[in-house]
Amino acid sequence: MDRAALPFVAVIALVITPLIGVGAISLHYLFGVIVPYVAALIFFAGFIMKVVNWGTSPVPFRIPTTCGQQKSLPWFKHSKLENPVTGIQVIGRMFLEVVFFRSLFRNLKPEIRGGPRIVYGPTKWLWFFALMFHWCFFIIFFRHLRLFTEPVPGVVTFVDRIDSMFQICIPPIYLTDLGLLLGITCLFLRRVIVPQVRYLSLPSDYFPLFLIIGIAVTGMLMRYVIRVDIIKVKELALSLAAFSPKVPQGIGVIFYTHLFLVCVLAMYFPFSKLMHLGGVFMSPTRNLANNNRIVRHINPWNPKVKLHPYEEWEDEFRDKLLDAGIPVEKKG
Amino acid sequence: MYDSGKIIAGLVIFAGLFTVPFIMNRGTAAPPPKLKIVSKAKACVEDTHYMRTSHMKLLNEWRDDALRDGHRLYINNKGKKIHIGLQITCLKCHSDKADFCDKCHAYADVRPYCWDCHFSPEGRKKWASTEGHF
Amino acid sequence: MAKTPSPQELWNIDHKPPKKWWMDLPLNIRPGNFSYPAKPQILKELDMPNPRPWSPLDEDWKLPPNWKEIVLEGIRERLDKFRTFKVFMDICVRCGACADKCHFFIGSGDPRNMPVLRAELLRSIYRGEFTKAGKLLGRFGGARELTVDVIKEWFHYFYQCTECRRCSVFCPYGIDTAEITMLGREILNLLGLNINWIMEPVRNCFKIGNHLGIQPHSLKDMVDFFIDDIEEVTGVRIEVPFMKKGAEVLFVTPSGDYFADPGTYTFMGYLMLFHEIGLDYTMSYYAAEGGNFGLFSSNENMKRLNAKIYAEAKRLGVKWILGGECGHMWRVINQFMDTMNGPADFLEVPKSPITGTVFENARSTKMVHITEFTSDLIKHGKLNLDPSRNDHLKVTFHDSCNPVRAMGLLEEPRYVIKNVCNNFYEMPEDTIREKTFCCGSGSGLNNDEFMEMRMRGGLPRANAVQYVHDKHDVNTLACICAIDRAALTTLMNYWVPDVTVYGVHELVANALVMKGEKKRTTDLRQMPIPGMEDAEDV
Repeated sequence: MDRAALPFVAVIALVITPLIGVGAISLHYLFGVIVPYVAALIFFAGFIMKVVNWGTSPVPFRIPTTCGQQKSLPWFKHSKLENPVTGIQVIGRMFLEVVFFRSLFRNLKPEIRGGPRIVYGPTKWLWFFALMFHWCFFIIFFRHLRLFTEPVPGVVTFVDRIDSMFQICIPPIYLTDLGLLLGITCLFLRRVIVPQVRYLSLPSDYFPLFLIIGIAVTGMLMRYVIRVDIIKVKELALSLAAFSPKVPQGIGVIFYTHLFLVCVLAMYFPFSKLMHLGGVFMSPTRNLANNNRIVRHINPWNPKVKLHPYEEWEDEFRDKLLDAGIPVEKKG
Repeated sequence: MYDSGKIIAGLVIFAGLFTVPFIMNRGTAAPPPKLKIVSKAKACVEDTHYMRTSHMKLLNEWRDDALRDGHRLYINNKGKKIHIGLQITCLKCHSDKADFCDKCHAYADVRPYCWDCHFSPEGRKKWASTEGHF
Repeated sequence: MAKTPSPQELWNIDHKPPKKWWMDLPLNIRPGNFSYPAKPQILKELDMPNPRPWSPLDEDWKLPPNWKEIVLEGIRERLDKFRTFKVFMDICVRCGACADKCHFFIGSGDPRNMPVLRAELLRSIYRGEFTKAGKLLGRFGGARELTVDVIKEWFHYFYQCTECRRCSVFCPYGIDTAEITMLGREILNLLGLNINWIMEPVRNCFKIGNHLGIQPHSLKDMVDFFIDDIEEVTGVRIEVPFMKKGAEVLFVTPSGDYFADPGTYTFMGYLMLFHEIGLDYTMSYYAAEGGNFGLFSSNENMKRLNAKIYAEAKRLGVKWILGGECGHMWRVINQFMDTMNGPADFLEVPKSPITGTVFENARSTKMVHITEFTSDLIKHGKLNLDPSRNDHLKVTFHDSCNPVRAMGLLEEPRYVIKNVCNNFYEMPEDTIREKTFCCGSGSGLNNDEFMEMRMRGGLPRANAVQYVHDKHDVNTLACICAIDRAALTTLMNYWVPDVTVYGVHELVANALVMKGEKKRTTDLRQMPIPGMEDAEDV
């Protein structure tokens, strides 16, 4: 638990910062304009620089992890999505991976039973809650576009309506709010409860969990409990998006808390494991076709190595080769 | 191999998605809605901040009080007694749905279901004009 | 050498993590869980750095004085050369999906054998020495300083990974511990930290022509013995062409196949098959090795050894290359060969001279797997097979890691087995195909001094064999890998003694009815075939 304590304290401190900064000493412009701009810049530049940095290193070998039958002879059914050989098939594999977490769905749990015997059971919890969390996060992120666009694009409205279709409470509860909170709570609990996962967890694994829980809780508080004037929030958001920042008076401090936590997440993003967002597309074991024997892959730094050519070998073994009657190139 | 083309394409998509707000506003923020109120009363049911942030909550309570429990009396923060009724109380001042309710709701992209049951003032006029034919 | 504990003793595996966190956990190097260092002379012959005598059991590993500089430079260089290195260092979220997928973790309970922590051993140094966040946050960010103890930890755990890639199947980002282990071993090479069981075969293969250091004239004698044995069993005298210029096909197989039982029977199986179909082929004493222990050492060494195959194919003027049953060999051929030593434009797209089938899937490398080749023969009815000769065998099949997870060779060997054996049973589905378990001895760890860890690592595989042995009376474990044939034999003797290991082409040869053969009363091992012993008396 010691590795979770420090990140928890850190997130509490981050929550308190805008409470003091805005609530007590009224630094609205700092928390409403400067921090968001800086965060957006760091996120954006940091993300791109990280991906470019990855891109500057080549992929010297084509090393897909093949998880199904290769394409060989016509009567063996080729597993196109688990062992792709064409670009389209790779896209299919990547689609399943990125959108449905295909690999995580395979998860198994070995158990040692009497006998003695090792049995393997499917374990889909990690997959289920991870998928729930990520999809909800994505939809929530997308829904926020209603605050940054005027008029609001129909697709954003559509998603918003679907998300709130059950019309429970006023304003209606978003399903994704519940899903996000449930998903991330279970991911957190899993990290703490499963002994192995707890053992391998770093403080930097807990920090984003707490931070996102903080973001979700302040966001939900702002919608369902300590409401803020959404019109003013949108006024601020639009002014930021139009590069003519203007901080309207009277948006509650809870909003600044939410915003500040989001900014911290954005600034933390490019330097952390959260870069798996970009990395999942860049993993050579998944995004390459298993067509090595069909199309030659080029290694830009293919090294010059010292070889032991046949001629040298023959020279070294000539007498033995001749004695054994093995044919040679040069007789003597 | 670098696959630079694919990486750049990916980054362009990423940049596009994350700059949607900036691109769509093109440097000018749409102004917030200006509301039209036919002020007959000096003050609203509760103070302005509360009304702006939480009117939906109040209306929801009013609906439950009036329709489900038959209570028609609301006592506000200042102790003032107010009759519970959308048409009679609220719409007296906020008579122009299009210029009052809809503007903000459209701006915030919310679609309250008030008007699933209630007539808007304009709708009422229209309804009244056709009523004569029956 | 340490005495290996009994199976009962080994079964007491505690998977509960220790109290101390892994960064504070002391290293436990003891006889039975490490491999002996490479002999200095061998490193010298390969021009590898820092050859010296040393022992992992000593306090002082005799690292060069500027070891830290060397390691940091080694990491920096590889970060620039391998995108995998950068991406795999940066994006792991420690979800733990891989944690209990490793056979060494399942068999030992050692937390640093969880793939994620094996990678963290290197990742923590990457963060601490190469990232600003790591330098700033220290332990909070999972970073630590590079010390001699870290180097020892690397040596211990990068030589406790068989590069089987099972974890990579389950990782949501496809992080491949094999790749990390390979990079880790490359970096350790720079300090002269490597194991003899890998480096000696590399030297042998480089200098002599095969891992086992069998010289050409000895190999010739060995093959002559096989020819005699085949004649004894079948009554057919065959010829085995070596160094034959202008042959159509160059056949390359791991040296394990001609060095020791039971690989030798598989080797005889190939020879009988080629004779029977009248294949115009040749083998080579120079390129007498299909396997490639260079893969377990560095990409440069892998290239040095692999280069011989194309070079020899060119010298002999063959049209295409056929490869025998071997696991890691096929990772090298499928994923590295063409890139490293291609293009093989002096060869032709492989075409079976018997069936006319063109192997389009090997269009560029020009190298075909023997089970692809044999499946095609069977499919076209070119082989006269009597599977009842294998009726006393109840067979299961062990998918070797590399042909599955670096190639996808799943159905070909099964198709062959089912055509030459009547009794075939699969092991539980979570232990086969892409989820197959390693034999516990791959990636150059099949040495005797590492026996305890090998038996631990092989436990999940052995246990799955035990299951089909109990349920279906399975007594035969078929495989298509030379390391498997040796390692699984040891593993079965330890965990499931009633099960015998066979190569697939040994089973093929047992069922193969050859033209002009005598009535077969024994199999290739010269063991009587039940029901056929008294055939001669009839």
